[in-house]
Amino acid sequence: MDPVFEFCLRMGDNTLVLGHRVSEWCGHAPVLEEDIALANTALDLIGQTQLWLGLAGEVEGKGRDADALAFRRDAWDFRSVLLVEQPGGDFGNTILRQYLFDQWQALFLAALTSSSDDRVAAIAAKASKEVAYHVERSRGTVVGLGDGTAESHARMQAALDRLYPYVGELFAGDTVDEEIAARGIAPLPGSLRDAYDAALSETVAKATLTLPESRWTHTGGRDGTRHSEHLGHILTEMQWLQRAYPDATW
Amino acid sequence: MYAQMVKSTGHGVKSRAEMSAEEAHFQDRIDAGEKIEPKDWMPDGYRATLIRQIAQHAHSEVVGQLPEGNWVTRAPTLERKAILLAKVQDEAGHGLYLYCAAETLGVSRDELTDALLDGSMKYSSIFNYPTLTWADIGAVGWLVDGAAIMNQVPLQRTSFGPYSRAMIRICKEESFHQRQGFDIMMKMAQGTEAQRRMAQDALNRFWYPSLMMFGPSDKDSVHSAQSVAWKIKINTNDELRQKFVDQTVPQAAYLGLSIPDPELELNDDTGHYDFSEPDWSEFFAVLKGNGPCNTDRMDARQKAWDDGAWVRDGLMAHAEKRNARTAAE
Repeated sequence: MDPVFEFCLRMGDNTLVLGHRVSEWCGHAPVLEEDIALANTALDLIGQTQLWLGLAGEVEGKGRDADALAFRRDAWDFRSVLLVEQPGGDFGNTILRQYLFDQWQALFLAALTSSSDDRVAAIAAKASKEVAYHVERSRGTVVGLGDGTAESHARMQAALDRLYPYVGELFAGDTVDEEIAARGIAPLPGSLRDAYDAALSETVAKATLTLPESRWTHTGGRDGTRHSEHLGHILTEMQWLQRAYPDATW
Repeated sequence: MYAQMVKSTGHGVKSRAEMSAEEAHFQDRIDAGEKIEPKDWMPDGYRATLIRQIAQHAHSEVVGQLPEGNWVTRAPTLERKAILLAKVQDEAGHGLYLYCAAETLGVSRDELTDALLDGSMKYSSIFNYPTLTWADIGAVGWLVDGAAIMNQVPLQRTSFGPYSRAMIRICKEESFHQRQGFDIMMKMAQGTEAQRRMAQDALNRFWYPSLMMFGPSDKDSVHSAQSVAWKIKINTNDELRQKFVDQTVPQAAYLGLSIPDPELELNDDTGHYDFSEPDWSEFFAVLKGNGPCNTDRMDARQKAWDDGAWVRDGLMAHAEKRNARTAAE
């Protein structure tokens, strides 16, 4: 498989699956400002998905567009990390999942703006602006809730304990990443870990939370070898209409 | 339009002779087309009616997220998903401006939320109907937003400044919403047999509830007469309903869809369409809480509010700690 195609799927599937998860909150947020912010975040993520999967289809050259890739692949062909597949849980879990992803995405996109592939650099330049806002908001909310009441603190600590074992996968590279890095398209994922840890530690400290000691991580999403059980349910909902009416255009 | 059956003072319009000097001056300002601003003197009835009307509209925007949010995770293309997300986001934003406009009248957003949740304030009857197929998302944009625009365009000229300014902003976005709804319907009406069936079914289910959005005839209502005198209401419900029917019938014909009304006919004498009234007993049943989705909608809002309490408390506590730290420095 073309490593650039694989790379674009990894980028686009993350934003697609997380965009789906965030949009599950439509109309159910704790406060109206959060309804707006969550819908806006989901909208940005779906917009980024259109770009990444559009480029994936172009690179593949088999006539599949972004919609065909989003709605006509089964779970094993998805390349989303396990973190974004995790259920929303309470709002604390949702905003922490968002922060853990946003912080990674902000660093990774910043590096991609100088990609040797102009198409990748262009998507990164556009998405970086949106993600700068996402990370500012999710970081601020994590800090606010961590350093809020005893209950909000306890819920945020529980969310961190629950989700931290999915962070390491964002930095787990394989031969696809080596090929992509060798061509100057993207840095090796692991090369961003120190910068990520520094940012995460600062946020966790401000939020008066404690980072779990173990860096042990679940893997299997970004290489598609073993997704979570959740992904199948996400796709069941997301792809139902396209599969029920395969001849229709919308 | 998301304000139905808003009651004003209930005493009818006062004659000049019955008005106090303040009331007469206030009415003169309105008659001269001046905007009333929050700090200006206003009759208690004007304030109370506006709070109910603006809040009902705000609640409708908030509850209105639910039937549309119902299809975001199942939207048929990435573009349709993005457009629907943008629309739902706009609606939450409209709710926010409207709550802010209501707050200028001396009521808090939390008080209004409590009133929604305890049932003492209503939201538009239309959001108590379910969205069952993707075509319903088209029908909601085309018909529901279309009906809303009919009411909101004149309200841009309403006498209360913050409400008028909110309406100007909202109308710009609503017309985009209506176009996207019509675009969904067009794609489906020109699509496969199953898509055409979905489109017709959506029109069948949403036609009469859309006509109900304007409220029952109010040509003899004392409440409406007072609201008209205060320029809180610009047109009668029947005028707006007729305008909506006149606009929508040719659009349905263009789509090749049939409006579910055998009595519908262009009246050559009036130049308007004659049409059947909706079943008003259904409307009153929905307002009383017996619509197909009233319970689900209120449960969803109550759950969001209850589940969100720790978040709101946590963020408030954090803001207080931060302020205390800043003050100590």
